[in-house]
Amino acid sequence: MQGNNDDEWLFEISSKKGLFELDYKELWHYKDLLFLFVKRDIVTFYKQTILGPIWFIIQPLITSFIQFVIFSRISNIPSDGVPYFLFVLAGNVLWFYFSDCFKSTSEVFKANQNLFGKVYFPRLIMPLAIVFSNLVKFGIQFVFFLGVLFYCMYNGYNVSPNLYTLYTPILLFVMILLALGLGMIITSMTTKYRDLTFVISFGISLYMYITPIVYPTSLALEKLPESLHYLVYLNPLTSIFDFFKYAYLGSGKLDFFGVLYSFIFSVVIFFAGVFVFNRTEKNFIDVI
Amino acid sequence: MSEVILKIENVSKQYRLGQVGTGTISHDLNRWWAKIRGKEDPFLKIGETNDRSKKGDSEYVWALQNINFEVDRGEVLGIIGKNGAGKSTLLKILSRVTSPTTGSIKTKGRIASLLEVGTGFHPEMTGRENIYLNGAILGMTKKEITSKIDEIIEFSGCERYIDTPVKRYSSGMMVRLAFAVAAHLDPEILVVDEVLAVGDAEFQKKAIGKMKDISKQSGRTVLFVSHNMAAVESLCTRVISMRNGTVLSSGNPTKIISEYLQDSSFSERKVKFESISDAIGNANIRIMYASIENASATDKDSVIDVTSTIDFRMKIVNLTNKETISIGYDLLTIKGDVVFGSGNKFNCTIGGVTEVSCQIPSNFLNDDIYQIFVYFHTNDMADLYSNTELLTFEVKDIKRESGYLGKINGIIRPQLPWFLNGKKV
Repeated sequence: MQGNNDDEWLFEISSKKGLFELDYKELWHYKDLLFLFVKRDIVTFYKQTILGPIWFIIQPLITSFIQFVIFSRISNIPSDGVPYFLFVLAGNVLWFYFSDCFKSTSEVFKANQNLFGKVYFPRLIMPLAIVFSNLVKFGIQFVFFLGVLFYCMYNGYNVSPNLYTLYTPILLFVMILLALGLGMIITSMTTKYRDLTFVISFGISLYMYITPIVYPTSLALEKLPESLHYLVYLNPLTSIFDFFKYAYLGSGKLDFFGVLYSFIFSVVIFFAGVFVFNRTEKNFIDVI
Repeated sequence: MSEVILKIENVSKQYRLGQVGTGTISHDLNRWWAKIRGKEDPFLKIGETNDRSKKGDSEYVWALQNINFEVDRGEVLGIIGKNGAGKSTLLKILSRVTSPTTGSIKTKGRIASLLEVGTGFHPEMTGRENIYLNGAILGMTKKEITSKIDEIIEFSGCERYIDTPVKRYSSGMMVRLAFAVAAHLDPEILVVDEVLAVGDAEFQKKAIGKMKDISKQSGRTVLFVSHNMAAVESLCTRVISMRNGTVLSSGNPTKIISEYLQDSSFSERKVKFESISDAIGNANIRIMYASIENASATDKDSVIDVTSTIDFRMKIVNLTNKETISIGYDLLTIKGDVVFGSGNKFNCTIGGVTEVSCQIPSNFLNDDIYQIFVYFHTNDMADLYSNTELLTFEVKDIKRESGYLGKINGIIRPQLPWFLNGKKV
């Protein structure tokens, strides 16, 4: 270590801490830990199972099929001219990624209190690990989605993927920021008062219906009076999902302005999340 | 080369007692309001010393209060104290798990703490995978672990199981693995909390040896918290004794430990009365004085070690009309098992003070708390007086030489002759 100088301290532990103080150097030092956490999450997911990673695919497959039966066959909800199953699968793959990241992040402090109570490492590693290990799961589901997509194209259905698919990483990035930000806010707020956890558990399933997954945005706009249209776009996920569906299915319409709004919204939420997370991590172990 | 590597300045830690509930939020709002107005936290002024056994008025206690000390590079510092003295809180702050309420800690090196059994271990993953994970949690990079993995596996002594999920491990194997990882960490400061209690003799010896190596050869600093005085004394170069959240004393291990033991033992080793009417007893017998003394030491009141010869002394007054009295006692462990009984007949001057004593040999009693149950009979075995809890004393195991640091089994612990090929060793 450095520090021949007597007054040169490596670090100081006290009750004070900067608000947005993010120690990037320290985070970087723990990059291997991040990697190992991701590996742990993935490897342990399918230990002692027979189907292994196939379980990642079964979840969206069955969900989409049920939704296909209920919303398309029974309720006749339109899907902008593309096959409904593919339409809803596209939404589900994105939604599962978002909701898994959000849900796991919102439980970071509670779920890891044993570990956090014993040893120090930058707590931010945990949410980051969640994002990356879910990314692997997303990757598998996404490949499955692409498979269904190609199958539909091959069989002459009306789907037209276009160059906007290149924006996929950006869409994911915005979703990650949003999921992390919201999750970190929730987990910090629920260390002392658990009330919010009850809201989250049903709130997340309600949020799914506000987001255009099982129905196209056009349908929502058609049914709602003009004066309430802004509500549809207030949800930062709306334009992300629309963009994704436009890029891969050629359905709906493109809304760059909406994506920009989502981006700004997510960045603000993310930094707010880092802020409260930082404040909480120092002492949460005393009150959790 | 006494360079200060760790400096603890005015560290205090306040905890709130009771449950978190609706009542808590009013305090939180109060605190927040004070903060907004730039005032001091109103709840920091209150708070009591952390004495677990006494009922206090305040909801707030100070688990630590104004802790100040420095640690030099290469020192092995032992921290001792009763349960609730604040040792673990201090370690938690040092390992950055929680932050102090006031004060600060400055350090020049990376601090790594030895995890409790299996924290950070994932039961489904193999020993090898867990070494990587645990090492990374403790702050090692993958490269560092890879370069040391063979050494770690060898040290843990779990080669055979290394590719088996740790959920199939015994608790001893978990500790071995956890310690092996931490011991190869190379932090400037290693914090070890009460981990040697598990594990067998061989492993404890290895662990203690490794900790000595860490401090001596590589000049690293170790903070060692334990209730095991034998381990603390054999390892540490300096000892800090804590009580109720404050540092009581610090200095030479032998001195501090014996002070601590004296202070913390359960013993009631002496009873003494000035007049016959005050003395315990009845119309037949009065006990003016009774004591348990350490006959091996110059200070008879000093701590009794397993190697000490023990004197049981009594001064009694015979108030019966017969001179011959049979005096005996049973020695019981605190759990109530009778270790032995012993007695004899004495001629005691009627109405006068007689002194009797009995010697319990060294290397006989085990590390435990004992009680003396004394009884008096007439020559023809009629009861005169008995007292079930005349004296209580503790035998400690301080000067143990073998590497094993756990408690040796048994009610008694005699030193028996051993022979090697027929020759006494």
